[in-house]
Amino acid sequence: MVVTSFTLARQGRVSASLSEMPSKPAISYAHVTKSFGSLRAVDDLSLDVAEGEFVAVVGGSGSGKTTLLRLANRLIEADGGTITVEGEDVRGADPVALRRRIGYVFQSAGLFPHLSVADNIGITPRLLGKPAADIAARVDELLELVQLDRAAHRDRLPEALSGGQCQRVGVARALAAKPRIVLMDEPFGALDPLTRDALADDYRSLHRKLGLTTVMITHDMTEAILLADRIAVMRGGKLLAQGTPAELSKSEDAYVLELLRTPRRQVERLNALLPTSGAA
Amino acid sequence: MSFLTDPRWGEALAHLPDYLGNHVRVSLAALALGLAVSLPLAILTRNRPAPRAILLAIASIVQTVPGLALLALFYPLLLLAASVTLAWFGVSFSAFGFLPAMLALALYSMLPVLRNGITGLNGIDPALIEAAKGVGMTARQSLIMVELPLALPVMMAGIRTAAVWVIGTATLSTPIGQTSLGNYIFAGLQTQNWVFVLFGCVASALLALAVDQLLGLIEAGLRHRSHVRSALGAAGIAALVAATLVPTMGRSSQGYVVGAKTFAEQYVLSALMRDRLQTAGLSATARSGLGSSVIFGALKAGDIDLYVDYSGTLWANQLHRSDIKPRAELVAELKTALAKDNITLLGELGFENAYALVMPKKRAEALGIRTITDLAAHTSTMSIAGDYEFFSRPEWAALQKAYGLSFRAQRQMQPDFMYAAVASGEVDVIAGYTSDGLIAKYDLVALEDPKHAIPPYDAILLLAPKRAGDERLQAALKPLLGKIDIATMREANLRASGNDATSSPDAVARWLWEKVGGR
Repeated sequence: MVVTSFTLARQGRVSASLSEMPSKPAISYAHVTKSFGSLRAVDDLSLDVAEGEFVAVVGGSGSGKTTLLRLANRLIEADGGTITVEGEDVRGADPVALRRRIGYVFQSAGLFPHLSVADNIGITPRLLGKPAADIAARVDELLELVQLDRAAHRDRLPEALSGGQCQRVGVARALAAKPRIVLMDEPFGALDPLTRDALADDYRSLHRKLGLTTVMITHDMTEAILLADRIAVMRGGKLLAQGTPAELSKSEDAYVLELLRTPRRQVERLNALLPTSGAA
Repeated sequence: MSFLTDPRWGEALAHLPDYLGNHVRVSLAALALGLAVSLPLAILTRNRPAPRAILLAIASIVQTVPGLALLALFYPLLLLAASVTLAWFGVSFSAFGFLPAMLALALYSMLPVLRNGITGLNGIDPALIEAAKGVGMTARQSLIMVELPLALPVMMAGIRTAAVWVIGTATLSTPIGQTSLGNYIFAGLQTQNWVFVLFGCVASALLALAVDQLLGLIEAGLRHRSHVRSALGAAGIAALVAATLVPTMGRSSQGYVVGAKTFAEQYVLSALMRDRLQTAGLSATARSGLGSSVIFGALKAGDIDLYVDYSGTLWANQLHRSDIKPRAELVAELKTALAKDNITLLGELGFENAYALVMPKKRAEALGIRTITDLAAHTSTMSIAGDYEFFSRPEWAALQKAYGLSFRAQRQMQPDFMYAAVASGEVDVIAGYTSDGLIAKYDLVALEDPKHAIPPYDAILLLAPKRAGDERLQAALKPLLGKIDIATMREANLRASGNDATSSPDAVARWLWEKVGGR
């Protein structure tokens, strides 16, 4: 099963890399630094994310990957360097307006417990002052998009949903104001493997269908390889390597190579343990 | 007489619209003010640990001050503030009744509101506040759309606690001149009218319960997003306010206000004077249960129009004199001094209510004690009890000095319980009052004061400055002057200390009027 989705994702990436061209980056980090006290969370880091690209930022805890993500929509302010979103320096942007036009999927969803599913999804359009009827229509559209049953879920409170359903609502909420860019903070990390796999696949197809630019952070290299066009590896606030899995495998960095070996070892072990017919 | 058919229930019920209305008004005003101050403070300090800690410390300290003391403190404080505004801006306000009660109660309501507000706002999962920011909320939107709704259950619990505290504590605002359900309790305790005490307690408890339940209904409505329940709760509160405001509406002019301190004799005399004024065709109400430090200021400021005080009390407390003069001379000098403040000393009622050292007659005879000089030899093995103010009054210092008294122990007691305590041997001597009917009832004796260490305490009738030239008022009161001798007052007080329908201040006042020559 793991192998199946792996193949599908690779096919997806082929089409993405065909459209690759030197257009202006959706998000660009140039020599960005951020410290918390004496800790350098992000250390002179430069990275470009092209329009339509799906980039996974991989690293262990404390590697600075969450900080990197939050610098883009100014949930955290950079100490130095320049960050641009769609060509605009974020320092000059109104942070509230910036956050409203960038979708953000939180670790374990971050749904507001006192608001219904519909109100959670419609929150950003509501903040933007959209008419109630438009918001209601958009909510229905999104419920369908993330494959949740409208009648069963629309008016429920988050406490009545499963973890996977919560994260589907989280994704719908991030997409509600029709952003071109979506940031995801370990979105599938807390889910059980089956749910996680289904949701990740569904998101991957949404990314393609809607022409989104996605930056996802994860500690799981397998997930990164399966979903992303390009992978950035972080450690101690620095960018160790970036590129497609093939490009990464040419890296001379021991940590990067070790990260890459893990999924391969897993596949080999799985192939040894499972009858080969199961992988067809 | 059966407990349930006791006519005092009816009497208590007749006061209910007035007492309950005032109680609800002062409680809700205090609660509203408390909320208006505490909620913004809780919100402002939610991300500021240092000011938050200071604020909570202050609120906690306020809470440790007993309710009665806090209420009592606000009276002199406002009196001072009123004199300052008068000097600076030429405007003054009444430091009596509603204002000090409301401010003290508002202060009292702050701790639970602040503490729960802060706890509620700080207890929110930081990930949710981060999410609110992430979906594009401004700080204000995050507060209104996420933080306050999530903190609401905890905040409402604090508001409910505050409401119950304020409604309960408001019963203590009677002595500073705010009519409340406490009027039942204070009057009942002083005149041993347990029907009134019970009525006051039950009424305030029911009121507290009702408000708590209505607030609970609003809370449940908000939590479950049921507008019906919130609306029902809000309507209930509104109905309560309306119901207590309407009966007292068109009665803004109370006519003459007769003041009374917190003991039975004062209740009887104020009822007597009120009846005299009403018979003379003047509109009058009694304002009873006022603290003895509050009442003179209230007269001076015109918050009450008349009351009975005692010459020796004003001599010591207002003129700050410690020398002793004969009865008539002291009253004459007091009259001149009070006239400077435009207060009219209309005259003496006839009796004296002096402090006296009192002990069981049999024991006094056995020990051969007739005067305080005789007592002095025994005090080292004796204990003495006095009312709450006696031991800090100059008379006590004067007595100790003149006779060299040094008791083994001294205790403070509710005046009504003192007599029973000395009669049962719980204490050896009490500082009683010469006009008290219980001296005869318990077979006690008031010891003579051969050295005249205790000043005379003639009951004197005082009129507020604004009533100085009021001839109708003075004509209505003149028949009382010089008519009430000590024996009559003692009997009246004894009647008032009974525990049946004929012992209500109103009934005793009627008896007293017949006795002193009325019809």
